[in-house]
Amino acid sequence: MSNKEWPLWEVFIRAKQGLNHKHVGSLHAADHQMAIENARDVYTRRMEGVSIWVVESKHLHANEPSDQDSLFDPANDKVYRHPTFYVLPEELNHM
Amino acid sequence: MEINLEEQFQEKIDQEIKIEPRDWMPEKYRKTLLRQISQHAHSEIVGMLPEGNWITRAPNLRRKVALLAKVQDEAGHGLYLYSAAETLGMSRDEMLAELHSGKAKYSSIFNYPTLTWADMGAIGWLVDGAAIMNQVPLCRTSYGPYARAMVRVCKEESFHQRQGYEIMLTLSKGTAEQKALAQDALNRWWWPSIMMFGPNDDKSPNSAQSMKWKIKRFSNDELRQKFVDVTVSQAEILGLTIPDKDLKWNEARGHYDFGTINWDEFNEVVAGNGPCNKQRLKARVDAWEKGTWVREAAIAFAEKRAKRNNNSTEAA
Amino acid sequence: MTERDVLSDYILHLADNSMILGQRCAEWCGHGPVLEQDIALTNIALDLIGEARSLYHYAADIKGGSATEDSEAFLRDVLQYRNCLLTEQPNTDWAYTIVRQFFYDTFHYHLHKQLSESSDARLKEIALKTIKESTYHLKWSSEWMIRLGDGTEVSKNKMQTAINDLWEYTGEFFIPSETETKALEMGIGADLSKIAPLWRSKVEEVMEEATLTIPASNYHQKGGKKGLHSEHLGYILAEMQYLQRAYPGAEW
Repeated sequence: MSNKEWPLWEVFIRAKQGLNHKHVGSLHAADHQMAIENARDVYTRRMEGVSIWVVESKHLHANEPSDQDSLFDPANDKVYRHPTFYVLPEELNHM
Repeated sequence: MEINLEEQFQEKIDQEIKIEPRDWMPEKYRKTLLRQISQHAHSEIVGMLPEGNWITRAPNLRRKVALLAKVQDEAGHGLYLYSAAETLGMSRDEMLAELHSGKAKYSSIFNYPTLTWADMGAIGWLVDGAAIMNQVPLCRTSYGPYARAMVRVCKEESFHQRQGYEIMLTLSKGTAEQKALAQDALNRWWWPSIMMFGPNDDKSPNSAQSMKWKIKRFSNDELRQKFVDVTVSQAEILGLTIPDKDLKWNEARGHYDFGTINWDEFNEVVAGNGPCNKQRLKARVDAWEKGTWVREAAIAFAEKRAKRNNNSTEAA
Repeated sequence: MTERDVLSDYILHLADNSMILGQRCAEWCGHGPVLEQDIALTNIALDLIGEARSLYHYAADIKGGSATEDSEAFLRDVLQYRNCLLTEQPNTDWAYTIVRQFFYDTFHYHLHKQLSESSDARLKEIALKTIKESTYHLKWSSEWMIRLGDGTEVSKNKMQTAINDLWEYTGEFFIPSETETKALEMGIGADLSKIAPLWRSKVEEVMEEATLTIPASNYHQKGGKKGLHSEHLGYILAEMQYLQRAYPGAEW
């Protein structure tokens, strides 16, 4: 019999209705059903959640940290995407 | 190139930018963290044992559920910490193998026996109190996953010390026999608790580097002093005496002076000769070995079910 | 027996079941086969002991005087305990623990389904809360039955051994004691004869999926409900009650 470790899962919890699921940590489980239950037992013991997502860690894909500059810096000079870029008369209170 | 990366890394640390798992980091930073986080995780798991053996004997139902929930939290904390350590490239099973073989260390305090119910009070008050001193600054440690795990740990930990102190308070206000139990527990747990902060700064060779990398934010002696300073008045409220005749307020320093720690005892316990080292390790190894067939069956079943589901999808 | 005696005895029986099984589950804390399941089983222990506390509290209120949840749990001896024999059987290994839990959860779930229609308002309220908890317990233990029954050869054998050993303690659930019969007549208690087929069909369904075999034997141990226990209970209580017995009247 193989001495295989239970796979690692990432856990996402919705703290309350209306909020998005947020990554809270990880755990080990033999399958997805067990992963959801383990997440319930491990990460919601103090009423931290109303909904659980789990995804096996190996299925998560991420960008390379070395690409950080090329991925994220170009957004830096696009000030026109922000409302404060536009000059409007003061008497126009809220827009 | 390597030098450059190290400089950039240190710059990030100096600017309080957290390091995340896939970021470049010096190998020694990775190894130091892996050792520290896994030791921390092992301490939580081994730490379940001395208190765990009182769950079935708790004196009333309120105390029983509180203790059970507390020891369960320690399992959770171990789990969060193993998860944080896993992001550094070692699996939980590999870490456990190091614990079971005796290669990895855990906090020496858990190698002392819990002899009476009052020990549940003393552990919560002193051992958790000392742990909190250590842990609160770790919420700002430079490695992201470790810091996040510690935020969760500290949040949950807040009831642990209160739970212990309440036990001490009840005992010290109880019968003469109960008060004697409380004093005895304080006598036995005081010195091991202040040893928990580790060797004096001049005997702690890795501390400087850890401080530079902002893994640690305070030195062992600073934290120990802080712990002594806050604990003295807590003992007074209990009407109990801290077993140190040299303990006295030093006006000039603005701190309590305290007696010399018996480092020989500390070193013996670290070397494996504490009163319960063998029992604690055996309990962990037993749990692991007796669980092997369970873990294997769960994997075998998951594989079988996945295969069946695949087959039925293909058929359809 | 007055109606008050029936009610208090009935409640103690319900409380003792969950208390003793909760105590057994709590023994696992720190020794589970994997961290996640150590935590899961402790959650179950906390639910069971929590339920027992509500019930002891209720029983103490009925008795009045100086009775408290703790006097009920800690100052009654073996002959006064009313739990079923199954709940006091030792943990032995993960297989025995799962099988014991599954047999109990199946019963516990259906029992509280019925109690949620009790004419006794307080019991009804406790039952409504307990159903939520035991629904989860039953899901958890059913899945473990299936996982281990249909896992490896080793796990299957261990499960079948545990089932064969524990089977004789399952019949007691459905043999009504005098108190249970009267509680049913009063409209506060559950009808065990209605629970029996529901229990059987759930057990058959799960065992079939788990590729496990229901033992043919129909012989059942009984006596727990009257205080005639297996030898295990004495040790459980000795451990559980020791501080209350060693320091009579002390506050903790």
